[in-house]
Amino acid sequence: MAQAAVTTSDRTPVPPAPPLEVGRGVSPASVLKYLVQRREATVITVTVLAIIYFAVRTSSIFQVANISVTTQYMGPILVIGVGEVLMLVLAEIDLSAGQVYLTAPWFVYWFWHNMGVPIGLAIVISLALCAAIGLTNGLITVLLGVPSLVVTLGMQFLLYGVVLVVSSYTQEQLPVLGTTYATIFGAGAWADLGWGVAIAAGIWFLLKRTRFGVHVTATGGNTLAAAEAGIPVKRVKVWCFMIVSVVSGYIGILDLIRQVSMDPGSYGLNIVLAPIVAAVIGGTALTGGRATVLGTFIGALFLSIVDDGLNLTGVSANWFYLLEGIIILVLMIINVRLGRFALRFRR
Amino acid sequence: MSTAPDLSDGHEPGLPGAVAAPGASPDVILRTEGITKRFGAVVALQGIDMRLKRGEVLGLVGDNGAGKSTFVKILCGFQRPDEGRIFVEGQPVEFHSVKDARAVGIETVYQDLALVPQLTVYENLFLNRELTSLGKLGLLSRRRMRNLARQYLDNIKVNMPDLDQEVEMLSGGQRQAVAVARATRLNAKILLLDEPLAAMGAKESALIMELVKDLSAQGVSMVVIDHNYAHLFALCDRLNVIQQGKVTVDARVADTSVEELTELMVSAFRRQLQAGQEALGEIAI
Repeated sequence: MAQAAVTTSDRTPVPPAPPLEVGRGVSPASVLKYLVQRREATVITVTVLAIIYFAVRTSSIFQVANISVTTQYMGPILVIGVGEVLMLVLAEIDLSAGQVYLTAPWFVYWFWHNMGVPIGLAIVISLALCAAIGLTNGLITVLLGVPSLVVTLGMQFLLYGVVLVVSSYTQEQLPVLGTTYATIFGAGAWADLGWGVAIAAGIWFLLKRTRFGVHVTATGGNTLAAAEAGIPVKRVKVWCFMIVSVVSGYIGILDLIRQVSMDPGSYGLNIVLAPIVAAVIGGTALTGGRATVLGTFIGALFLSIVDDGLNLTGVSANWFYLLEGIIILVLMIINVRLGRFALRFRR
Repeated sequence: MSTAPDLSDGHEPGLPGAVAAPGASPDVILRTEGITKRFGAVVALQGIDMRLKRGEVLGLVGDNGAGKSTFVKILCGFQRPDEGRIFVEGQPVEFHSVKDARAVGIETVYQDLALVPQLTVYENLFLNRELTSLGKLGLLSRRRMRNLARQYLDNIKVNMPDLDQEVEMLSGGQRQAVAVARATRLNAKILLLDEPLAAMGAKESALIMELVKDLSAQGVSMVVIDHNYAHLFALCDRLNVIQQGKVTVDARVADTSVEELTELMVSAFRRQLQAGQEALGEIAI
């Protein structure tokens, strides 16, 4: 009987599984494979190209003063961007982060000016309110099942409205703070970059080195499997919503301390999009499960350099968005095509 | 045993120890008694009696709609039977959820549902049971996890050269192996495998067959559902044929053949067809 050969009850030997060829050898192919599989590869390449291009066009790009201004532009993109990385890994998004960035300084101002709370305490209260905003976003998303895109868009308008109503559309000024204090918290030339890098490093650490980080990736990568394994997926998500809000509010407060004045007309949606772009061109997938904090850092750097470079080379502001749009589209197309290419290397 | 028409082709063999003797032998790890399940007017299961011995690999065969998936869903706690009882190691158990089944060591392995594609092999093996240091801070002890994962996989003879590879990059067979390894690492005594060889090449199938055998040699018991007779004959020690919500054949793989089972299924199908035609005839009259 033909079946006898495959019968297992008598433990007929089945040929042992041959070793699968997934070993790591160093060959040109494996180097190419490594480069293609590094999700940050594209953004690193174009950033280097952008630096070279602008360095040839204008010498002032390497002047210290210019670099320090660029980093001030980069700070919020980086910080809100790494916050959005936490969202994107979960296949969520927070569109209110830009408005939180703008609103947190108003909280500080109201508590300090209208209620006479000391400035340090006002900052703490403001951050607590940011956490509450994130908590609200998160709870509505996970408990009521409203997509985070809609929840946070609503929150964005709500917060914008709060600022307009309470401020009666008047610009306000924060008093200039004591020097050391102000230098560390935002006014120093490098404060934004320093805090930005610190916060980015913190989020990198959280994602890659802690148990919580694995749970975030698992929740975003396969929610069902994560829940099956007993990971509290809803709680994980809510925590991430809170983290985004708090870091966005914090960098907003830092910027206020530097800029001193606040304009109620500033609109959060204009602010939140660049960080999301930074995260995405850096190699973080919108579909969840894939995060790169390093990529987001370089993405933020790239956007800042392009912005700065176009300014320095005297490109008309009218051309600005057009060029930026083209650059982003081309980058994303390359990223997606490379991603497909990388998948072909499996097996 | 039931009032439904007998389709077993006079086989009605074995069902040994069915309608179980109360003092079932100690080597029976899982036993069911008269499991019945209805969905509205449809009777999906009409009294399934099954025994699974320790370290045994039992295959469930049956056409689509015969009830094997429903039965497995009941075994893993996903659905509750309307009637009937389940015994694990002689003790009656009642499952209100998948968690309950898991608590007594019954684990279902779904190849793609159970793993996170973006995490590495060892991260998947330790999902939500990560080893950490510094207590509350929850710093991952990656080296310790890697070493233990390596040890464990060697133990159950799974060949996985790179534990740092993301599961997404693995082949179907390797993924299945990781899913099975995770279930057994968590002390599953009884594995329910749903089409473990589906869409796998020869090499891959050999990998999984080896794994199933090694595990059963180590005392893990398994219930395998599959449409493919060749797979079942290669994997299992014993087969239960489920037809119309009943076990109609219970045979050791060594005592039967693909031909015999095919003939059985086809003749049952013919009979159904005939019955259907007769019924139609009656309606016509």
